[in-house]
Parts: sequence; structure tokens; C-alpha cells
Amino acid sequence: MMHAPLEQIATADPPPLQPIVHLEGVTHTYGRLTRTVTALDRTDLKIFEGDFVALVGPSGCGKSTILKLITGLITASSGYVFVGGREVGAAPVRVGMAFQNPTMLPWLTLRDNVMLPLKIVPPFRQEYRRKRKGEFRDRVEALLAQVGLAGFSDKYPWQLSGGMLQRASLCRALIHEPQLLMLDEPFGALDQFTREELWSVMQDLWISRKPTVVLVTHDLKEAAYLANRICVMQARPGRIIDDNEVPFARPRTVAMTYEPTFVSLTQRLRELIVAASPPKEVTP
Amino acid sequence: MKTQLRRRAGSVALIVGFFLFWEFACVAFGIKDLVLPRPSQIIVTLIDRLPAIWPHAVQTLYTTMVGFGLGIFFGVLIGVTIGSSRLAYDTAYPLLVGFSSIPKVAVVPIFVLWFGAGTVPAVLTAMILCIFPIVVNVATGLATTEPELEDVMRALKASKLDILFNVGLPRAMPYFFASLKVAITQAFVGTVIAETVASNRGIGNLMMIASSSFDVPLVFAGLLILAALGVALYLIFSFIESRVTGWTRRQDEFAVG
Repeated sequence: MMHAPLEQIATADPPPLQPIVHLEGVTHTYGRLTRTVTALDRTDLKIFEGDFVALVGPSGCGKSTILKLITGLITASSGYVFVGGREVGAAPVRVGMAFQNPTMLPWLTLRDNVMLPLKIVPPFRQEYRRKRKGEFRDRVEALLAQVGLAGFSDKYPWQLSGGMLQRASLCRALIHEPQLLMLDEPFGALDQFTREELWSVMQDLWISRKPTVVLVTHDLKEAAYLANRICVMQARPGRIIDDNEVPFARPRTVAMTYEPTFVSLTQRLRELIVAASPPKEVTP
Repeated sequence: MKTQLRRRAGSVALIVGFFLFWEFACVAFGIKDLVLPRPSQIIVTLIDRLPAIWPHAVQTLYTTMVGFGLGIFFGVLIGVTIGSSRLAYDTAYPLLVGFSSIPKVAVVPIFVLWFGAGTVPAVLTAMILCIFPIVVNVATGLATTEPELEDVMRALKASKLDILFNVGLPRAMPYFFASLKVAITQAFVGTVIAETVASNRGIGNLMMIASSSFDVPLVFAGLLILAALGVALYLIFSFIESRVTGWTRRQDEFAVG
């Protein structure tokens, strides 16, 4: 599936597409007074509905900061973050998020963990009491089965392996049918084979549900396998220095990642990132 | 399972052995009843005079439970208030430590002054003795909640109240129950102190009167009752704890993966 260049989509005649996520001159600094670090510097970014965008770059380049800004976990120091056409706090957009650690609540079963967003997010929360044992429960079971966790819903998090928890974490991020799915290095802590398997699971989920996805990752192969569009960032100050479409057809397979065109793409990304990395310094 | 059984048997043997040693030591060294009665004597006294002791035991239990209940209510309330923000935690902690370091016996006369002798000062003393561990533990449990767990909720745009009920409080439960086991024994201490100082009912009062008439076996019978009540309540709360906070004991059930 080829994507038209963004400018064309944005300026196409009726209907003029509104980006679901729009960062406008966003700067974010951590720390106070003299000891500040500019994690993100005057960044513009538009993400359109149904897209799958990967953010890659050296550590400290503000990838995760962008995710947190879009999710509203932190507020930009300056500039504007629009989600669904409104400022981020007031956005009527459902957001799902999966973190690097599965962050399952240890006192809940897998089913209740995955069901958590339905308990919190409107409009589901109004119906939670009524449908908790019926429709919602079936929905959780179906989604767990889709990622290969059928029959584990009564287990507690500590009874499962890291890979299984990460699958469950994906389910929790998706159960409330978010229009926007934020993935913060969700496969980073897994072994190679589990990771490749979850790429395929993730791709299937995206193809069947078409949420807008923003993926932060260190793994260039992962970015090229999963995303439609890859933004390369530089560190200190954090900025987007390269923004490109990924031309490979879907569904993609792990075998494709060894083909020359794929390898040359990841190679190019690698060079960009190495060039963008700040000079090595010893931090106290 | 086997080691658990062995541990149980060990502690039962130790308890039985302790009383047997006591009994034989009293006989062997010819210790008088007036100094240290034998366990068998204490039990005989207890059974003989149960009709007289019973109302006092009920009074003590009642007073303790009311004080404990109030302690839980206000303790959780204060604990949640303090624990839900870093600022409140840092601000209130020194004051709490100050209050807790006052010897609680010293406040009984003040309560008597305010409310007169009887049940009320005993309830209040039980409450203030058991409230501190509850406040500290609930506040600590809330304050140490992993920010990652809160982020899960905040990403869903959950309200502060949602986060408190779905993450904060469940997360603080193990701390809360650990504090209850300490608090219930503290509540007993408070009740008995107050009864000893200013009351005409309760085990504390009974022991005061018995000791002033040199009825030493009755004093020890009172002690035995207190120990039994304390152990019983401790066991009840341990049981509830294990049911509610089983998730903290992740043991060897690492079945899959």
C-alpha cells in the first residue's frame, strides 16, 4: 500500500483533511532554572488519521516526550499540541497507550487489567457495571485470543512471562477502540523471536482496526517493518530531521526485512541517526 | 507444604513447652502463688470465676473495637489526605511524628478531665494509640505508588478520584493491613491503660482491683484473657489480609514462561 506524499493529502480538495495530531512549534524543557535540558525544540509534526508513524533517534532526542505531550501526560513549555482539532487537554479523542514495561496492576487478573480502560473511559464507563460480566468480558476474551492469550484471562500478572504481559498490554491499549494508539518502545524489553512475533501481531491489529499509531522505538528494523512513515530525530536539542514514507506492501513479513531494499532503508536510517547523535560525553 | 507443617508444629511445641516450663519451675523452686501462680492455677481461677470476669472481658473487647473502628476511619482519612500529595506528606509528617512520640498514658488524665471516667476515655485512648500506624502506613502506601501505574491511568484521562480508587488504594492495601495487625494490639494497650487509670469496668480495672487485694491468680487470669483476645483479633486480621492482598505473595507459582 503506497502512501501519497503528505503535502498532497493535506492540500487535496474537499474534504480538507484535518490532522488528528498536530504539533505546532512545540518546545519542551525539563529541569528548572540553570539546569535545563531542551528535550524538544520548536518541533512541527502532523499525523493523519489511520497512519502508522514511527519516531526513531538517539536516546535523549525527545521521542518519548512527543508521546507524552500527545497523551497529555506532560504539558509543552511552549507551542501548541492539537489532538483531534482541539488543544490536547480538551481533545475528544480516545487514546490508548502501551509502555516499555507492561505496567499491569498486580492485584488484578489479566482480564480485569485489560478491562481497566472500559472502566475509566467514556462512553464505556457509563455501561461498565451493566456490561462488565457480559459484552465487555466477551470483548476482552476475543482480543486476548487474537494476540494468542486465550485461556489466560484468570491469571495474575506475576504468573505470566514478559512477552505475554506485553501482549496483554497491547490489548489494554486497544480495548477501548482508541482513535490514537501510542506505543512507547513496547517491544524493547523482549527477546528477538518474541519481538518479531509481536510485530506481526501488531500489524494484524493495525490492519483490522486502523487506529492512528505513533510508535517510539530504538529498533530500526521494527520501525521499517511496522510503520508507514518514519520520522528521524536528533538529540540536544530534539528535532525532527528526516520524515519519510515506507514503501513496502502489507502485510509485511520478517523474511522481507532481509531483502536489499529493506536493508538499504534501515541502513540509511542508521546513518542519519549516527550523524545526529551528540558527541560522546561522560556524564557525571 | 511440609516445611510449613513443621514450622507450625514447632511453634505449638514452643508455646506448650513454655507453659510446662513455667509450671515445673514454680513447683521445683517453690515459688509462692503470691509472686507467680502456676499456669494450672490461673486456668482454674479463670474457669471458676468466669461469670465474674466475663462482663469485664466483653467491656474491654467492646471498648477496644470501638476505638479501633474509629482509629481505622480517621486513620485512613488522614492517611489518604496526607499520602495523596507530596506536599501534604512533607508538611504533615513532622507534626505526626511529634504527636506519636507523646507517651499515650499521659493523655488519659486529659481525656478523663474532659469526658469523665468510664468508657469514653478508654475508647479515645485506644483510638489515638492505634491511629498512628494506620496513618503512616496508608500514607506511605499511597506516596510510594509507582508513577508508571499512575501514568497508565493518566493516559486514559482518569480523574484523581479514579486513580485513587483504582491504583492508589489497592496499592496501599498491603500496607494498610500490615498496620491493622499492629494497630489492633495497640488498641488493646490503650484500652487497658485507660481502664487501669480511670474506669470501674473492664479487664484493666479488674486487674487493678485484684492486685490491690493480692489476688494474684486473678491478675494473671486477666492477662491471659487479654492475650487470648489480642491473638484472636490478630489472627482474624491476618486472615482477612491474606484474602485481600494475596497478590503480594507471588511465591513459586511462576508457572508459565
